[in-house]
Amino acid sequence: MALQDVCGLHNPPLFPQWTAPLSRSFMPEDSTHLSGGGIHGEAFSTRLPGRGGLSPLEFYMPIAEYLTESPINFGQTSLSSALTKLLEIDHLYPSLPSISLPPPTPCPISPSVPLPFTLSHGTTTLGFAFQGGVIAAADTRSSCSGLVACPASPKVLPIHSHLVGTTSGTSADCALWKRILSRELRLYQLRHRRRLSTGGAAKLLSHMLHPFKGTELCVAATLCGWDGDEEKHDVASTPQHANAPTNQMTAIIYVCSDGLRLQGELFSVGSGSPYAYSILDSSVYWGMSVQEATAVAREAVYRATYRDAYSGNNVDLYHVTAKGWRRRERENLKEEYYREKERERKRRVIAY
Amino acid sequence: MKEYHYTGPVEHKFSPYAFNGGTVLAVAGEDFALVASDTRLSEGYSIHSRDSPKCYKLTDTTVIGCSGFHGDCLTLTKIIEARLKMYKHSNNKNMTSGAIAAMLSTILYGRRFFPYYVYNIIGGLDEEGRGAVYSFDPVGSYQRDTYKAGGSASAMLQPLLDNQIGFKNMENVEQVPLSLEKAVQLVKDVFISAAERDVYTGDALKICIITKEGVREEIVPLRKD
Repeated sequence: MALQDVCGLHNPPLFPQWTAPLSRSFMPEDSTHLSGGGIHGEAFSTRLPGRGGLSPLEFYMPIAEYLTESPINFGQTSLSSALTKLLEIDHLYPSLPSISLPPPTPCPISPSVPLPFTLSHGTTTLGFAFQGGVIAAADTRSSCSGLVACPASPKVLPIHSHLVGTTSGTSADCALWKRILSRELRLYQLRHRRRLSTGGAAKLLSHMLHPFKGTELCVAATLCGWDGDEEKHDVASTPQHANAPTNQMTAIIYVCSDGLRLQGELFSVGSGSPYAYSILDSSVYWGMSVQEATAVAREAVYRATYRDAYSGNNVDLYHVTAKGWRRRERENLKEEYYREKERERKRRVIAY
Repeated sequence: MKEYHYTGPVEHKFSPYAFNGGTVLAVAGEDFALVASDTRLSEGYSIHSRDSPKCYKLTDTTVIGCSGFHGDCLTLTKIIEARLKMYKHSNNKNMTSGAIAAMLSTILYGRRFFPYYVYNIIGGLDEEGRGAVYSFDPVGSYQRDTYKAGGSASAMLQPLLDNQIGFKNMENVEQVPLSLEKAVQLVKDVFISAAERDVYTGDALKICIITKEGVREEIVPLRKD
């Protein structure tokens, strides 16, 4: 099953697979794994258990001792080395039934290396469902502790034809995990000849992120999609029941790297989300038209960028229906700001 | 970057990183791309070398600029060059700029929990012959831009480029596309300004100009103080 593959429940192979060079990272420790110890008695790193050598991504995990150890003591034998020798044998021969240690997980391994730089954060994203489909919107500012690293970064990423995901948190984590999710969904589609539902995709993402709980990985995504076949879209698009969301095939699910997975009708994520929620809670209702919905989404992001320092620049808007997602032209909020100032000025002129 | 004034007693731990300074800049035009870097290698108050350029030629259509920790820059470029050779041998063609960018993103993310302390910018020509610039953060997030500055003077240079190349925050201005000569002159002026105000930038400027004829290099002296 796809989930088992991804979560690495198969035994790792005895010897690494040279036919899959793209999943190996080129660390000099590779040779120590093979030659049973090599120069130093201890393993340099541990690897995530992979599924036959093809894990979602091979990760290099630094061992705590090397980072806190003084360079003077580097390489000298110590009391702990005897224990690590035992562990290291287990890495090479995992199929031996006598020694059975649980597969190494990244979370309790080490406090991570103190980084000399900060990673990109801060955003406003939102997604809500209505009778005409799903709207996903986000700002485009990517900030890095006070500096705007990128004023035009895409935060709503299409995953497949009927699913988009908004991203919040560290931009590298979001971009890479979205890419991994797209790959897994495509493989699922090829193996099972149908698209995975939004709920299934959310579950898959949540389970893929679970081994990294407790590390500094930070992903908060809202998956917005349309499930079901396209032939039924004629039935679904007639607005028979203005207040009956259960007939719809829309799905909005919030997935977080803490492990949270929530289904709902309206979500807003990020540092600017409180401001966006105030607009959405007052204006969103099930029977709204497509123009109304796009206007409300745009207004919500604009208000959030107005007040939140870490959101700004442009608005990206995606509309998902039975026919797939459609992207609205990216709009620069500077124009909107000047238009509003103009309206304000005219209003004051009329008042007096 | 470390603090260099007295803040009270501090416990010093071994840090696997060091900051070696340097600035990298890339600009994409209609049918060309430029990647420029200064050549100073510094650490703390010292200059290790005045002749350590930060642009590395990868293929005939792609050049990468890496600034940050020099040790990680060297290892990263070795890994990229090895992967390029493997691709060439198994697919019998060179990697395109976009493919190199995607590959670099996964290489950097593979070290998410012990990152390469390198700010990368790739400049080159895409499959249609148009200029392309891809900018990265240290853990692999990337996107395609028209221009980008990275490294120690990036916060000073990026606003200037936004104004001169992106025509941002200017009203009633005619947006002419950038020609190669104007772009080279702009890059030289921009680095002269950076050398004035950033202590880690200076000595010399190396510009790699990528056109369909190949990669050409130009070296321009900068302030040495």
